[in-house]
Amino acid sequence: MSSGLVQANDLAKVFDVSPPWLNRVLERKPRLLLHAVDGVSFSIERGKTLALVGESGCGKSTVARLLVGLYEPTRGGMHFDGQDAHAAFKSAEGRKLRRRIQMIFQDPYASLNPRWLVEDIVGEPLREHEILKEGPALKARVGELLQSVGLSPLDMVKYPHQFSGGQRQRISIARALATQPEFLVCDEPTSALDVSVQAQVLNIMKDLQRERGLTYLFISHNLAVVRHVADQVGVMYLGRLVEVADKAKLFEAPQHPYTRMLLAAIPKMKHAGDARTPVQGEVPNPLDPPTGCTFHPRCPHANARCKAERPPLQMLRGVQVACHAVEEGRI
Amino acid sequence: MSLLQVRNLVVEFPHRRGTLRALDDISFEIAPGEILGVVGESGAGKSLTGAAIIGLLEPPGRVAAGQIVLEGQRIDNLAHEAMRHIRGRKIGAIFQDPLTSLNPLYTIGRQLTETIRTHLPVGEEEARRRAIGLLQDTGIPGAAQRIDHYPHQFSGGMRQRVVIALALAAEPKLIVADEPTTALDVSIQAQIIMLLKRICKERGAAVMLITHDMGVIAETCDRVAVMYAGRIAEIGPVQEVIHQPAHPYTAGLMAAIPDMTMDRERLNQIDGAMPRLNAIPRGCAYNPRCPRVFDRCLVERPDLLNAGATRAACWLHDAHSTSSIDGIAA
Repeated sequence: MSSGLVQANDLAKVFDVSPPWLNRVLERKPRLLLHAVDGVSFSIERGKTLALVGESGCGKSTVARLLVGLYEPTRGGMHFDGQDAHAAFKSAEGRKLRRRIQMIFQDPYASLNPRWLVEDIVGEPLREHEILKEGPALKARVGELLQSVGLSPLDMVKYPHQFSGGQRQRISIARALATQPEFLVCDEPTSALDVSVQAQVLNIMKDLQRERGLTYLFISHNLAVVRHVADQVGVMYLGRLVEVADKAKLFEAPQHPYTRMLLAAIPKMKHAGDARTPVQGEVPNPLDPPTGCTFHPRCPHANARCKAERPPLQMLRGVQVACHAVEEGRI
Repeated sequence: MSLLQVRNLVVEFPHRRGTLRALDDISFEIAPGEILGVVGESGAGKSLTGAAIIGLLEPPGRVAAGQIVLEGQRIDNLAHEAMRHIRGRKIGAIFQDPLTSLNPLYTIGRQLTETIRTHLPVGEEEARRRAIGLLQDTGIPGAAQRIDHYPHQFSGGMRQRVVIALALAAEPKLIVADEPTTALDVSIQAQIIMLLKRICKERGAAVMLITHDMGVIAETCDRVAVMYAGRIAEIGPVQEVIHQPAHPYTAGLMAAIPDMTMDRERLNQIDGAMPRLNAIPRGCAYNPRCPRVFDRCLVERPDLLNAGATRAACWLHDAHSTSSIDGIAA
């Protein structure tokens, strides 16, 4: 567990969403703090994929941004290949580290500059990190990168609008691969795509992982996609991990009531028409999270202890789970 | 007799360089109380079909040919005012984003009672009583208090319940639901789908459910129409379409969906992308991506043909074609 390439230790990010100072003074409004990520720890081994799943607002995208250094953690940190990443991001070492960690964003329409040629978009990391200078060598490398994601080198003289959504997402994968990273953070890389195109992108990502030994953090709200790509799955709820398990264990024997609920909520193609119990309630306001276990208002197994005491993430029944009911053997 | 009949519907968008044909020869029927799913990738024309039925095509889009018949009455050529009366009274609409279908400046009670009183001959008092009943039916706790709240005071899932209540307010015979759960979280999606299914059954309303999620279709619908590039590729009972797809596109689509019950190293992918409207290939629109293409597909466009339990627009199902239909499932 401790030998992972990527290790997050007690990562936390608090956003200050208070009203402006003058309003606070005049209207006596209190400060408002949003605990977007609250003490998340995990480890990803080299060449493996950890998937983070959860509903909107659970903090999974914030974790992604923390890992690539787009946000500074409020507490905790990340070790990459044994090195304290957030300290390194601030020092001269940071540039080297950034080469090794890259990110793929959700919306391929927003993440590519519409005024740049594909050649400039994919070549930018190479120029920025001074791996290659402008010239034929750079062009050749961009061509190679495009080929590796199933596009043609001739595509480099086109603009993003000339491509479909799936092709654009492949361009962003090519850009992310330009610096030969070891770790890719993928934030909902296929949720803006249609199913047939989603399959193309997922297949390419799996092929690249096999060929290059890439390590992925894969963020998604789609459990079927997660089941297809992940080795390990972490389930997040309101900024915390509630269950971390190997894929097989998680899908066969989910422990945390929230994981069970998420799995039960997926429409099944095979057993269509089976009655299923829909989940009760909705995600609470993260500005005012419930006491104790934050899932207790929706949980069918909640008791007095769940309302008062926050369960720690601990090893139970062979998986890491944060639930009093599982600990006490009530479910 | 069927509740809704769409016959050879063509929707066109006039354009500087010619006319784009966005829907091409669409025909289907919906029986009273039936749930018809319409599925397809973005740009296939599924939302446009819904918009044409409720008479809300965005100009310059227009119905260029064909008929839409609701309860024996043609509704595609009605004047704006007459259509406005049918919309709401006979056809209710639910859209993807619940926030944009509610007026943020009015309480939901006002929006509900206004809709009820526009279409039904009831007084203010009675309308409010009905509105509260609708909110209760759609599972909004504390409906009597919540009725005086504004849309922003509701969460996403609750707002979509309000929109469903609004669509049902005038007791329409048909509900057109365009991606009603796409903007919601997975755990809420299930609640809303179950609600839609239950409440429409109770009230005998038919539903045209437009979505790109095959799982939702499988669970909810009686029949499904698969659309591709402005045409219906396959239509039939939902179980048959999912388990014995007759059109190669349907088969490819089914195999591309990551499955919760089966582990696969690679997903089946359909190479390429759906053609743009100004570059629809000759013959069958799917022919450049089709693994089972043969010469006839390149020149002649197939209409819906009987294919076992379903109907598919594919030459493989024509007795006169050279190829057989064996082993079509990918």
